Amino acid sequence: MSARILIAEDEPSIVASLDFLMRRCGFDTRLASDGTSALEQVADFRPDLVILDVMLPGRSGLDVCRAIRERPEWGSIRVLMLTARGGSADITTGLGAGADDYMTKPFATRELVARVRSLLQANPA
Amino acid sequence: MLQGWVIVAASFAYIGLLFAIAYYGDKRAEAGRSVIANPWIYSLSLAVYATAWTFYGSVGRAASDGVGFLPIYLGPTLMIVLWWFVVRKMIRIAKTNRITSLADFIASRYGRSALLGGLVTVIAVIGILPYISLQLKAVSNSFQILLQYPEIVMPQRTGELDVMKDTAFYVALFMAMFTIAFGTRHLDAAERHEGMVAAIAFESLVKLVAFLAVGLFVTFWIYDGVGDIFSRAARQADLRALMAPFGGAAGGYASWVWLMVLSMLAIVFLPRQFQVAVIENVDEKHVKRAMWLFPLYMLAMNVFVLPVAFGGLLLFPLGTVDADTFVLTIPMAHKAEVLTLLVFIGGLSAATGMVIVETIALSTMVCNDLVMPVLLRIKALRLTEQRDISSLLLDIRRAAIIAILMGGYFYYLLAGEAYALVAIGLVSFAAVAQFAPAMLGGLYWKGGTRAGALAGLAGGFLIWMYTLLVPAFARSGWIGSEILSRGPWGIELLRPTELFGLSGLDSTTHAMIWSMLVNVGLYVGVSVLGRQAAAEHAQATLFVDVLRQATEPRAGSRWRGTISASSLQTLLGRFVGPARAAELFSTYARERGFEHAEQLEGDGELVRYVELHLAGAIGGASARAMVATIVEEEPLGIEEVMTILDEASQVIAYSHRLEEQQRELEAAKRGLEAANERLRELDRLKDEFVSTVTHELRTPLTSIRAFSEILHDNADLEAEERQRFLGLVIKESERLTRLINQVLDLAKIESGVADWQSARIDLREIVTEAVGATSAIFRARGVSVETCLPAAVPEVVADRDRVMQVLLNLLSNAAKFSPAGTGRVRVSLGAEGREVRVDVQDNGIGIDAAHQAVIFEKFRQVGDPLTNKPSGTGLGLAICRRIVDHFGGRLWVESEPERGALFSFTLPAADPVEAGLEAAAA
Amino acid sequence: MKKPGPSGARLACVFLLGCLLFSFPLIALFNVQGRVFGVPVLFAYLFAAWGLVIALVALLMERRD
Repeated sequence: MSARILIAEDEPSIVASLDFLMRRCGFDTRLASDGTSALEQVADFRPDLVILDVMLPGRSGLDVCRAIRERPEWGSIRVLMLTARGGSADITTGLGAGADDYMTKPFATRELVARVRSLLQANPA
Repeated sequence: MLQGWVIVAASFAYIGLLFAIAYYGDKRAEAGRSVIANPWIYSLSLAVYATAWTFYGSVGRAASDGVGFLPIYLGPTLMIVLWWFVVRKMIRIAKTNRITSLADFIASRYGRSALLGGLVTVIAVIGILPYISLQLKAVSNSFQILLQYPEIVMPQRTGELDVMKDTAFYVALFMAMFTIAFGTRHLDAAERHEGMVAAIAFESLVKLVAFLAVGLFVTFWIYDGVGDIFSRAARQADLRALMAPFGGAAGGYASWVWLMVLSMLAIVFLPRQFQVAVIENVDEKHVKRAMWLFPLYMLAMNVFVLPVAFGGLLLFPLGTVDADTFVLTIPMAHKAEVLTLLVFIGGLSAATGMVIVETIALSTMVCNDLVMPVLLRIKALRLTEQRDISSLLLDIRRAAIIAILMGGYFYYLLAGEAYALVAIGLVSFAAVAQFAPAMLGGLYWKGGTRAGALAGLAGGFLIWMYTLLVPAFARSGWIGSEILSRGPWGIELLRPTELFGLSGLDSTTHAMIWSMLVNVGLYVGVSVLGRQAAAEHAQATLFVDVLRQATEPRAGSRWRGTISASSLQTLLGRFVGPARAAELFSTYARERGFEHAEQLEGDGELVRYVELHLAGAIGGASARAMVATIVEEEPLGIEEVMTILDEASQVIAYSHRLEEQQRELEAAKRGLEAANERLRELDRLKDEFVSTVTHELRTPLTSIRAFSEILHDNADLEAEERQRFLGLVIKESERLTRLINQVLDLAKIESGVADWQSARIDLREIVTEAVGATSAIFRARGVSVETCLPAAVPEVVADRDRVMQVLLNLLSNAAKFSPAGTGRVRVSLGAEGREVRVDVQDNGIGIDAAHQAVIFEKFRQVGDPLTNKPSGTGLGLAICRRIVDHFGGRLWVESEPERGALFSFTLPAADPVEAGLEAAAA
Repeated sequence: MKKPGPSGARLACVFLLGCLLFSFPLIALFNVQGRVFGVPVLFAYLFAAWGLVIALVALLMERRD
């Protein structure tokens, strides 16, 4: 069974690129353009991994990440944070909120794919 | 052998000797080797206190009431113990201010008041006249008695008064000439007379030797020691009574105490005592030895008074010989011719010493504090313009000396016969005691005012005249004696010797009680109730605090005016003589290290120097007036005000200044804090801006990079998908370009380097063009646009492209936020007063009040309600507002949620008259 | 800085002593008949007291300190 990926990102063109990349890898994808719908999709879709933009409208990516980590039954969900702000403080905050990995925009597509694969393999489930 | 010519010859020989001593003293003083600069001479000169009163009168007094003469010497003995405080202070003040007399001193203390100086002079002259008359009486009586030698006949005044045959008149004339010769030979020594002091000291020795000789003669030649005299006297009841006189002959203890108080004041405030003790003092350290030497002199002078008095009483049948003459008549009775002559010379010494010093002191007062202030004020005399008036000063003093001695003679004629010597002297003591409140108060109480001193002195003096002078005239028959028994106009309560029913006291005590009560009461009362002028306050401080000042007060440094040194020298020359002035100036110049007086500048110190030397010649008040005539000083009071400011207000001013500075510092600190806060805010804004810009740049860049890599890595993409991805890359590139342009544009506007064009433009044209340019967008969204342009609007001065930018931004926003299909946008233009206004109205979602203010800030955009996704860069409106602001207009929004939004901006209309100029400039 | 000259307090004491010696009631005690060394008591007392005051002042003023 192929891995399920939730893409939570508000910029349509970026969503389009991420969606293409994940599908190309053979993953099942769902899309969410704001924090609230992202959490709904997490509950509904039960993704293995969430690509989460920090600057989401509604609830921010950090909020969504914390909410996911609060639910033990979602403990196996990997979270990869994406941000346009590249400061180390942002990375620390993101990891502090419970993210498994962190990438800044603009990212290299191959690196992104490699990280997603690596996160999914580390998943014991 | 004691014929008249012998006596006269001896007298003149003695006077000649005095002159020689005085001449020697002056010569030595000029050579700078003062003979009087030692405490012994100073102490002996103080003994000018012992006059004919002491020489003849003490024995007279002792013969009538035993120890009654003693308080006159015990008082000074006590007072002099306090001299270390009182007189030393006076000396310091007198030297500092070049005080010339008692009147000058008091006048200076109370703000250099000429009126006060005059009053003091009048009181001193009138008060001292009885005292001078006493000397005349003593000398003329002793001369007349001596002429009868070997007979002992008491001089009797004949019925009719023949001045030309009166010995006393010639004595007065003789003394006047003598004093003139002594005291007014030259003026340059100003207030000091070294030769005179030397002569006075010599006279003190002579009178002491003469009196001791008589005492020894009576005690050990005629009698067998003091024990013999007193044991003989004790056998007579009337003489026994004199040995324990209180309650009997000497009256009550009250008189005793009052006499002591009176003489305590007299030793300081008698003009001649002030002259020798303060003015003529060379070194204040001399006071130290005089404090015991002078009392010792008085003790020696008095030790034989009682033996001589009792001896005389035993010798002469009661009432045949006036006890005031015992000193002379006892040696005469025993045919001791040399001793008799010595006694006469001693008496003459005592009298002339007193007269010389007293009249010199008084004439100085009369000249400096009475005549000169008046003459200087009479403009017609043009005294201030005369080259040299030092001879005029001398003439005034000479005239004053003659007038004073003649005054003394007339008092003698009027009242002299009715009283014993001591009683006459006490009248003068009581008069000078009136100076005590103003003087002592002035030395120790800063609050004493000019008005208080004037009131106290005048009041006390009037009481003195009424209670002592009037009775003296009444007793001598010059005015009706019924005033004594029944009071003026029959009012018994006002009887001069029993004022307000105060009886049972001797006349001196009675007068002292009332005059001191009035004097002190008025002085203190008026001072406390009144207000001190600035000048008075300055002087009061100077006087009271004199011992605290380490050096001379540099009052001159406070002087602020302009004057040349030569005009000061000319001024000084008028009063002390040009030669003396030149000498003083060159001395002054040398002391300051200049070679010539011409190098001196007319600074405050020199003015002070001149004023001091003028004060030495004409007194402080006049000196000040004279200097003021040539010195362009600030109006009276500034100097004094400065002193007071120096003293108290300086501290206040200083603390005011501190407070002010502190306030300024606090304000500066607050300003800095605000600036710092603003800087931090700017810094934060800049960080935020950079961060936001970074974010806004990275977003399109992310898409571009991602799709580029996808296209690169996936050669097998379908053509349709490839095309879609390339389209996204192009769209995001455009977005990136736009964003970069706007950021740069904003940065240029904000940093002020933007390139603004200015031209007269017609907004109708621009609106039409902008609507045309955006019509494609409106059509695409299905939004209708309506333009409403008036026939004409005033032109505005602005940058055509920038205004176009604003309009395009507003129109594209309107298109963006109007509902697709049903959207309606209305653009209208109109003139409003001096402005042209553009409105862009849409029927979109509207903006709530909270967002209306922030939409014009950078990167603050309201998201698209459908996608909740911001569209645009968030910089458009920020740039629009800055453009409109730049041309002096306003940009704002009126809106309610769901009711559409109205964006408006105005631009000021161009001045029509400048049309041509503007066109030319453009 | 030490002020040169005698102490004010001592001089004041001498002054007050003199005032006491020369005035009522002390002189009233000596206002009696009788003689010491041939001199009436009052005369002897006054001159002795006078001499005492002068001596005290001389002592204070001339003492080297």
